[in-house]
Amino acid sequence: MSKLNSKIPKGPLDSKWTNHKGKINLVSPSNKRNIDIIVVGTGLAGASASATLAELGYNVKSFCFQDSPRRAHSIAAQGGINAAKNYQGDGDSTYRLFYDTIKGGDYRSREANVYRLAEVSGNIIDQCVAQGVPFARDYGGLLDNRSFGGVQVSRTFYAKGQTGQQLLLGAYSAMNRQIARGKIKMYSRHEMMDIVIVKGKARGIIARNLVNGEIERHSAHAVVIASGGYGNIFFLSTNAMGSNVSAAWKIHKKGAFFANPCFTQIHPTCIPVSGDYQSKLTLMSESLRNDGRIWVPKEKADAKLIREGKLSPLDIPENKRDYYLERRYPAFGNLVPRDIASRAAKERCDNGYGVNKTGEAVYLDFSHAIIRYGEEKAKVSGLDSSDSKLVLKLGKEIVKQKYGNLFQMYEKIVDENPYEIPMKIYPAVHYTMGGVWVDYNLMTSIPGCFAIGEANFSDHGANRLGASALMQGLADGYFVLPYTIGDYLSNEISTGEISTDLPEFEKSEKEVLEKLKKLLSNKGEKSVDFYHKKLGKIMWNKCGMSRNEKDLKSAIKEIKELREDFHKNVKIPGGLNEFNEQLAKATRVSDFLELGELFAIDALERNESCGGHFREEFQTDDGEAIRDDKKFKFVSAWEYNNDPSNPILHKEDLDYEDIEIKTRSYK
Amino acid sequence: MKLYLKIWRQTNADSNGSFQNYEIDEITPDMSFLEMMDVLNEKLIIEGVDPVAFDHDCREGICGSCSLFINGRAHGPDTGITTCQLHMRKFQDGDSIVIEPFRASSFPVIKDLVVDRTSFDRIQHAGGYISINTSGNTQDANTIPIRKEDADNAFDAATCIGCGACVATCKNASAMLFVSAKVSQFSYLPQGQVEAKDRVLNMVKQMDEEGFGNCTNTGACEVECPKGISIKNIARMNKEFLKAKL
Amino acid sequence: MNLFSSSIGRKILMALSGLFLVVFLTQHFLINVTSVFSEDIFNMLSHFMGTNPLVQFVLQPILIFGVIFHFVMGFYLELLNAKSRKKNYIKFSGGSNSSWISRNMIFSGGVVLVFLVMHFIDFWIPEMNYKYVEVLPEDPNRYFEELVHKFESPIRTSIYSFSFIFLALHLLHGFSSSFKTVGVDSRYYNLIQKVTFLFSIIIPAGFIFIAIFHNITA
Repeated sequence: MSKLNSKIPKGPLDSKWTNHKGKINLVSPSNKRNIDIIVVGTGLAGASASATLAELGYNVKSFCFQDSPRRAHSIAAQGGINAAKNYQGDGDSTYRLFYDTIKGGDYRSREANVYRLAEVSGNIIDQCVAQGVPFARDYGGLLDNRSFGGVQVSRTFYAKGQTGQQLLLGAYSAMNRQIARGKIKMYSRHEMMDIVIVKGKARGIIARNLVNGEIERHSAHAVVIASGGYGNIFFLSTNAMGSNVSAAWKIHKKGAFFANPCFTQIHPTCIPVSGDYQSKLTLMSESLRNDGRIWVPKEKADAKLIREGKLSPLDIPENKRDYYLERRYPAFGNLVPRDIASRAAKERCDNGYGVNKTGEAVYLDFSHAIIRYGEEKAKVSGLDSSDSKLVLKLGKEIVKQKYGNLFQMYEKIVDENPYEIPMKIYPAVHYTMGGVWVDYNLMTSIPGCFAIGEANFSDHGANRLGASALMQGLADGYFVLPYTIGDYLSNEISTGEISTDLPEFEKSEKEVLEKLKKLLSNKGEKSVDFYHKKLGKIMWNKCGMSRNEKDLKSAIKEIKELREDFHKNVKIPGGLNEFNEQLAKATRVSDFLELGELFAIDALERNESCGGHFREEFQTDDGEAIRDDKKFKFVSAWEYNNDPSNPILHKEDLDYEDIEIKTRSYK
Repeated sequence: MKLYLKIWRQTNADSNGSFQNYEIDEITPDMSFLEMMDVLNEKLIIEGVDPVAFDHDCREGICGSCSLFINGRAHGPDTGITTCQLHMRKFQDGDSIVIEPFRASSFPVIKDLVVDRTSFDRIQHAGGYISINTSGNTQDANTIPIRKEDADNAFDAATCIGCGACVATCKNASAMLFVSAKVSQFSYLPQGQVEAKDRVLNMVKQMDEEGFGNCTNTGACEVECPKGISIKNIARMNKEFLKAKL
Repeated sequence: MNLFSSSIGRKILMALSGLFLVVFLTQHFLINVTSVFSEDIFNMLSHFMGTNPLVQFVLQPILIFGVIFHFVMGFYLELLNAKSRKKNYIKFSGGSNSSWISRNMIFSGGVVLVFLVMHFIDFWIPEMNYKYVEVLPEDPNRYFEELVHKFESPIRTSIYSFSFIFLALHLLHGFSSSFKTVGVDSRYYNLIQKVTFLFSIIIPAGFIFIAIFHNITA
């Protein structure tokens, strides 16, 4: 336990960050010119960090595996970004955002970090607007807000259903400005293969050029990992196909602790799985729960008939529908946090109320919203609000304005009109709260190696609230890391340029090459996807929405076997020095196969239910989670120990000074 | 469904490519086009054949990675979508499908169906930004109200995903829709006015240096744009350009 | 201000020269159409245009320059555009997203160019020859007869009519496209579209009518 020092500054919660910023060491502008920083990943966190570090004067090298930094998966975030601006005057404040986030995270996040996040949230909006991000506005020309799950204020800023895209393009544009100035050197279609540590400090990376397969050495005075989450360990998730854990896993194997790997967010509103060929799942923004009501039939017999295609949801009268979220959680209703909504859907489907042919879907119904909006519009426009046809027409128009692009997306995929027939949704893996352990300065347990955004573990505890991922990514990248990294780099001003001819670079490069060659020389008969799908099945069935000791133990065993089989029987066509997507995929899956085991070990270790981690052994009679603050009010930070099967657990105790720990209730 | 595929294969940028024919069976209407490609690749891998390389990532129509030219159209026969959102229900059993990479001199082929679109990035480097520091010391976001109409127009232009379908489908391989989307987005916003002149001149200059063609207002780009970006943005950019020149 | 150096600049010059030719075309049509109902007015206007020094020595060279500029630029841009896609698609469904007219301006323009060459041979070269080479005595009443004489041939009349159909096609895209190229605000697009349609049909149809009229009445 002595190894973990979270370096939380002393003093009252609301002045920790200000005081810390005032006291940490700085690097003078003339010295910044001589310092290189590598940033791996160009999502919201990576792009914003790269741009800001370059503005400050550091020499930045940015890496992404995509063909352009603009394609990082932050782009797919739909709903919005939270900020405690209180523009709506509904009682929001920094403290309330902080409190909601800690509570939403089921009291498993670090108080000081979360407060800082809430504190800088407002700056993000100012920054993005100045950059030209076209947030939604009202008719007075001011910024509009909407509400999201788990909170009772409207603090979410949005740009239709494409908020992540607009924010990422904002950060990308800030990067472009620095690329033009020559302060960022961009390496697209490059994958980080390993971190290079010289005398205990992160000094560079080994990267592979995905176009020609060449292995490259890059040195720097600090390495920032902003490579996102590891949701793709489940094969089917809302992550992009290329999203992977490899950068984070490589640093883990070189000494960075991995925290809370089992904290995974299963998002309640995704389009259900339709077949075995499926390559990914599509999220429907949580904002839909503002107006959509979730239900299943009250009678199992009705659900069965629907599954068999003999009954349409429109045939089920109002009194035979079970709006189970409104029933169970009257205070928050359909806007309960994601983990709760997901589990409730699973509970209904497991009990035989599911409504598609696989039995794994519930309805998200907009018919009430359409009527409500239609009547309102008819009244405002002085039309006849008792004319039901007119009301439906007007209502659909309003719903279209609000969610048009999401409805269109649904229709393209499912081939059903959601204005007429309720949407079918089911939970899917979406976000990973766990990640690389970092201290208050966002530095990992490797000196000089930092982790930001979804790649780190710090802010969301056991469950993330909607519209907070974008907030955290940008907070880390724009406003936190650029300051805190200076504290470390102030000791590097006389280091000078780091040679890539150092033996450590040579050794790392050799190891990487050997691994790749070994994979290629394998004369197996199964594709990489075969293993990835199999791993995904194990993870989903045994480490998914609910977990138990028996399943977790068998998962650990199965993953280990699968990993061994992978290294014996995987088949990778093509060569090393060429564009070879299968090889790139294989290296990623091989890391997932190691992380999977740690994931299950962590879930097994945590004998409580909290947030996204639900252990069947720890629940109340009516199926609510039982958290154990006495025994588990800590962060599990795992140290790699030669082999993925024998990790060493370190615990960071979570102290709550400004918050009273309560049982989370949304009833 | 059984399908007959004719796919462009090219080992690398320097090699001469050619078309190869493949037959594929057991395709279901609910599959996406790229999932059909996955099925093909899985088969090729097992047979020991190099799988077909194609760009793809988010598979939900927003990252702009996927880029196929299917049966003579960018992103295939449906409109308002990217290739990853194209579903096989748009095809019939027994159909022949020709799959080509996006073709333009400024989009050289890297391998098979993968093309290099970094020319788009370089155009953005030339001026696709507002020069403010990300220090956090900017003014409050609500200090400058922006008319809802302008904000909406800026948003509509900003939704460009940079996929390059406009270039691919334009008979002149012109990048005007892409460039104008960015110029237009900023021209609607007060924040963007300060650098408006330099922005349009520099971005157009870079666009020309990359070797894209001239716009002849055929309107093909806006039909194929997955995000429905209107060619009125091109006229707007022309105006901005003239204003900057005069 | 150098517009030649950039793609948009070249397009703007192309559009402006096109619009200039549209003005000329309108003027030409208005004079020609008088031949249908009044020999005297036609002769008077033609005589004015043929002898007025401003028209002859200022406007005429500008017009010739405009015509040459428009087609040279057209071919030059076409060449540049061809270079921007060196390897072509084997399957290209242009028809699914744009009109044939808009994609084939070089073709419709080419036909019009061939026509113009013929038109020069028919009218302009004899005219120059008459006035400036042989320096024949000025006859203010010769124009109408010359015109009618030309359209006695049904072949020439047919070729003229055919060419004007292509001019119509060229205008149907080119006229409205020019306005977009010079950056006219999109709120005028509907109006521009309507004017384009009327202009592109009425003017070429009018020229065809004049040719056929004289062919029949002769």
